[in-house]
Amino acid sequence: MRGAMRRNVPAPGTRFLRAICLGSTLLTLGALDAGRGARAETSPSGDTSPPDGQRDGNDQVSRGQALFIAADCAACHLSADGRALTGGRAFTLPFGTIHAVNITPDRDTGIGAYSDSDWLAMLRKGVGRNGKHLYPVMPYTSYTLLSDEDALAIKAYLFTLPPLRATPPMNALSFPFNQRWTMIFWNWFNNPNRRMTPDPARSAAWNRGAYLTEALGHCGQCHTPRNFMFGLSHRAYAGAVQVGWTAYNLTSDREHGLGGWSDDALFSYLSAGQARNHGPASGPMAEAIEHSLSRLPAQDIRDMIVYLRSVPARADGPAHHEGALEPDSGFSEGRHVFQQACAGCHLENGTGRQSDWGALGGSHSLSDPSATNLVAVLREGTSLQTDHGRMSMQGFTAVYTPKELSALSGWMLRHFGGVQATIDPKKFRP
Amino acid sequence: MRKPHDINPVLSRRAILRAALATGGGLMLSGMIPGLPGARAQSGSAFTPNAFIRIDRNGAITFIMRHVEMGQGIYTGIAMLLAEELEVSLDKVRLEAAPANASYIDKSAGEEVTGGSASTRDSWVPLRQAGAAARIMLIQAASTRWSVPASTCVARDGAVLHPESSRRLDYGALADDAAHQKIPDPVPLKNPSQFQLIGTSPQRMDTHAKSNGTACFGMDVRVEGMKTGRIMACPVKGGRLKGFDREAALKTPGVTDIVTLPDAIAVIGDHSWAAISGMKAARPEWDYGPHSGMSSATQLQALRSASEKTGIVAKNTGDVTAALASSPVRIDAIYESPFLAHAALEPINTTLHIRSDSADVWVGTQVPLRARQEVADATGLPPERITVHNHLIGGGFGRRLDSNSIGQAARLAKQVPFPVKLFWTREEDIRQDQFRPFYYDRITAGLDDKGLIKAWHHRTTGSFVLARWAPEGLQNGLDSDAVEGATETPYAIPSQRNEAVQCEPEGITTLWWRGVGPTHNVFVVEGMIDELAHASGTDPLSFRRRHLTHSPRGLKVLDEAARQAGWGRPLPKGHGLGIALHYSFQCWAATVLEVEVGGGGEIRLIRADTAVDCGPVVFPDAVRAQIQGGLIFGLTMALYNEITFRNGQAEQSNFHNYRMMRLNEAPDIRVHLVSDPDAEIGGIGEVGTVAAAPVLANAIFAATGRRLRRIPFAPQLAMNPTGEKKA
Amino acid sequence: MRTILINGESHDVDVPDDMPLLWVLRDVLGLTGTKYGCGIAQCGACTVHVDGKPARACQLPVSLIGTRPVTTIEAIGQTETGQRVQAAWLDEQVIQCGYCQSGQIMAAAALLQTTPSPSDDDIDDAMSGNICRCGTYVRVRAAIHKAASNA
Ligand code: FES
Ligand code: FES
Repeated sequence: MRGAMRRNVPAPGTRFLRAICLGSTLLTLGALDAGRGARAETSPSGDTSPPDGQRDGNDQVSRGQALFIAADCAACHLSADGRALTGGRAFTLPFGTIHAVNITPDRDTGIGAYSDSDWLAMLRKGVGRNGKHLYPVMPYTSYTLLSDEDALAIKAYLFTLPPLRATPPMNALSFPFNQRWTMIFWNWFNNPNRRMTPDPARSAAWNRGAYLTEALGHCGQCHTPRNFMFGLSHRAYAGAVQVGWTAYNLTSDREHGLGGWSDDALFSYLSAGQARNHGPASGPMAEAIEHSLSRLPAQDIRDMIVYLRSVPARADGPAHHEGALEPDSGFSEGRHVFQQACAGCHLENGTGRQSDWGALGGSHSLSDPSATNLVAVLREGTSLQTDHGRMSMQGFTAVYTPKELSALSGWMLRHFGGVQATIDPKKFRP
Repeated sequence: MRKPHDINPVLSRRAILRAALATGGGLMLSGMIPGLPGARAQSGSAFTPNAFIRIDRNGAITFIMRHVEMGQGIYTGIAMLLAEELEVSLDKVRLEAAPANASYIDKSAGEEVTGGSASTRDSWVPLRQAGAAARIMLIQAASTRWSVPASTCVARDGAVLHPESSRRLDYGALADDAAHQKIPDPVPLKNPSQFQLIGTSPQRMDTHAKSNGTACFGMDVRVEGMKTGRIMACPVKGGRLKGFDREAALKTPGVTDIVTLPDAIAVIGDHSWAAISGMKAARPEWDYGPHSGMSSATQLQALRSASEKTGIVAKNTGDVTAALASSPVRIDAIYESPFLAHAALEPINTTLHIRSDSADVWVGTQVPLRARQEVADATGLPPERITVHNHLIGGGFGRRLDSNSIGQAARLAKQVPFPVKLFWTREEDIRQDQFRPFYYDRITAGLDDKGLIKAWHHRTTGSFVLARWAPEGLQNGLDSDAVEGATETPYAIPSQRNEAVQCEPEGITTLWWRGVGPTHNVFVVEGMIDELAHASGTDPLSFRRRHLTHSPRGLKVLDEAARQAGWGRPLPKGHGLGIALHYSFQCWAATVLEVEVGGGGEIRLIRADTAVDCGPVVFPDAVRAQIQGGLIFGLTMALYNEITFRNGQAEQSNFHNYRMMRLNEAPDIRVHLVSDPDAEIGGIGEVGTVAAAPVLANAIFAATGRRLRRIPFAPQLAMNPTGEKKA
Repeated sequence: MRTILINGESHDVDVPDDMPLLWVLRDVLGLTGTKYGCGIAQCGACTVHVDGKPARACQLPVSLIGTRPVTTIEAIGQTETGQRVQAAWLDEQVIQCGYCQSGQIMAAAALLQTTPSPSDDDIDDAMSGNICRCGTYVRVRAAIHKAASNA
């Protein structure tokens, strides 16, 4: 079905997104905001028919689909088998486990009973239809920036999907985090609850890039460090660890962020999941690329790059080294494992064997002495749907011992990233 | 694999030969393996399935191979037996796989079977007789033609010569006449001192094609109009197919058909990729059935409690209970050998064309007759309407002794009118394997006050493979394979009791695995011998020697292996030498292995020395190759392998979670042949594997002082390098 | 429809973009010397050369090949190195069941093309990704050294 969806989201859908971003919505956002909001509030609660006022019903649905892709809803809400948006996926956070909900239009278990105003309240204030507060794993602090028109288009699209009954498992949170009402206070501090307005001092491309990056792509949700309340800190895009993976620094810093990346490399990475001398995307980033970024029009990616280039540099997180090779001689346990299990795809010199997705030399993860992503990839494996089929790697904890994998990680960091680090074998324990 | 060999008593080793005119002219020499009902010599009809040798008028010489080549080099070994006596060089001979036919039934197993390291053993006499008979008849034909006494003619290099008159006729020219000659009885065989070929190491006959991609394995079969399908069966045995997305599967490019069985589905298409992608799209759902609660823990629990009971007594000498009670030193131990997958590199596959009145099957099988019967049962066709085209096998290791996968494929293939290749992916091949049983062994042994073994009580608990495969072979309910290598040890033990408890695992089908009974029993026996040696404060080599009073051949290989390995030499820190001796498949073998164990429990294999006495050696290089490969196969298992279960399903599925030894960790392996040419001939395919686990366990003990009684070893050492007991 | 260059010949094949070269070779072009062993780049049985470099055909989508020439086991004997490797393989009697050996020979030939006198370390690097279930490793190493010395 992922394949099918890919086929179903052809250029037309994505053209609409271009239209939105280029034209009406973003640039007239401020003006539209109030009116739309008012109309939404007048809709009777519980109205689940397709969105009202459909002078452009189909347009709204296809726009909604394009926005849905750009907002990367699927990455979290797809069911385990990847076939439906019935949720269930578990997010393990410092304070417990939260499960993605069913966003098919089923009345009882999904979003079928949401009115437009319910929907907007949910996306903006983080308050569900039942009055329950959402946890900020759901990036409503980003979606709050969406225009009414866009937010409702997404809803309109979702309402065209077949309703499926499915209740995700119960969340398992520790006190006081299991007290949803505490989110009221959290929201005071952490949720801006405002729409995005264009910055007239900036180019149209920058403004589109900002909307795509901040509102739809919600990139900051992973790449901006959280504050003590788990809200986004002011250190925008300085890099952070989320759900066991490091989302690297995206600021313009040359060593730590994207300053050293060429536009072409960024374009290739964001749209195809790999770039020469930067390695392939893996884990959650691979999912974001698979479900969202790879399906955006090229211009959208370019606009996002324009925006990202403007993020002020911060020298946070691990520095990025390119292909710092260490000559090898004699027996090394790490190299020994690499020869067996890894070289088949990545080659001894890390240049990748059968495809560019196997080229891992220069990847930021390999010059990160904490090795978070390397550990995660070796534990869980990773995969990415590309135009050439699925590129995937399995986890290796079932056959290699923690000690072997720790030796492997250490060797890879030395060999490909030029950093010396000792990786605790415990990180590879089942 | 030994098992099939032992079902019936060993019969006379003489072949009953028939000769006939081949189709299109020439000599067709057929053999009837004695001891089986009915002679099946054929006239010179088009189909002469029991032939061994065919010599066409044009001079082409064909040997028909009743054993299947799985890498063991048997094609060459058998061809050498025929060619030696026929006086023809191997490069003049063509080989052909025998069709499934009762005439090729193995003399002792009552089955047409390649297994049990029995191929050379079974062929040693009859095939030399066949070659000699053909030669004598060709000479007879020439001497008649030339009107000279047969005794003045000689056969050499594919021709009969009359040296006095410098006349010469190629075999082809004599073939028709030869077919009418009387078959000599008895057939005189060459004296081994005259062997020109036997005992040499010629270029293997199957490997040229394997070096350039032209060899055709079952997986490579291509038949006109063929499609390809991927099979997936319920991952829990006894479960059923609940549903699947037919529409999505059929939408996959290249997919043409979907057929199902109650517990399996096959997605068929124009090529394998269509079948693989189509299966992904079909997303079969299963009703897991009654065994979904089965797990490794429930299996172990069942074995453990079964092992409390007294089993079938396989051997009982002396008064073991009293002897143990009075032993000043006594060791009680439990050894565990886990479930294993075969994981041959060529996954299971079968190509079939099933028509309303007949069928063709292209497959690599160790049991062609069973394969044919499976297809007959699945289709209702009479067996003689089914042709089995046997193919090279990309690694057998016992897996292709079972033919259930062929039955499964036939039940699917009969639902489509076209020829179809049905294959298992690697994942299916591992998860749906018929696993080597888990054996749970309790062993107790006592030493007397001189430090000699006084009493020995070994009870093995596990599945009896034979009870499923050929229940008629059980002896008083005992599968002798379960105790093979345990009842007859090389050592003098005054009081010995062996028992076997049958415990069939829930939701798992079991099958033989390279080295069969000895692979598991020798691990227990040689481990325990080593434990006793250390308990008595004796060097493991001397301890063994002291107990080899009745095994001169055992002593010889033991001393040779120890000498070659430099037993007793000073070793670097962390290194250890282990030793193990065994007698199996009529071969004596001793192995010394040097290992290094690092501080974190990492094991490196340095070097192995195996001394082997397998009786007359047909093909020495193949013996070496089999010992090398067999050891690596066994060491892989001992270090890494175990199939575990959760929710009724095997947890392993491919090489990223079922580890294979790689080139960069393989030890140097030296094989020393010290064969006794007058002894009975032995089979070599499994001997190396048998030695691996015990010699590794003993070497690890030598290096670390840690006794490992449970396979696999590597994870235990890595998780607990110091060997502390958990609280 | 796309055109790929296999063993010096162009072939037009009409197959899905994501179809791995392995199946194109085996099932479409009938070049069955390249084997399927695992499908996840762990065994090396499917090794072919793309532009002279060893690749795992099971993980190489046909759409990524472009115009790069592919060599398979069926044609490696036409190269000087390939021929030398095959001869050494026969001399050392490396092959048992043979199922892994196309991949072993292709990997060895690629190694010798870039490293004419490989050290044991080089051999470890190049060959440890190729599984041989029959355990022919001791002889694989010996045959590579032999092929190198026969240059
Ligand atoms: S089949 Fe390609 S590496 Fe195993
Ligand atoms: S020769 Fe059989 S797998 Fe290598």
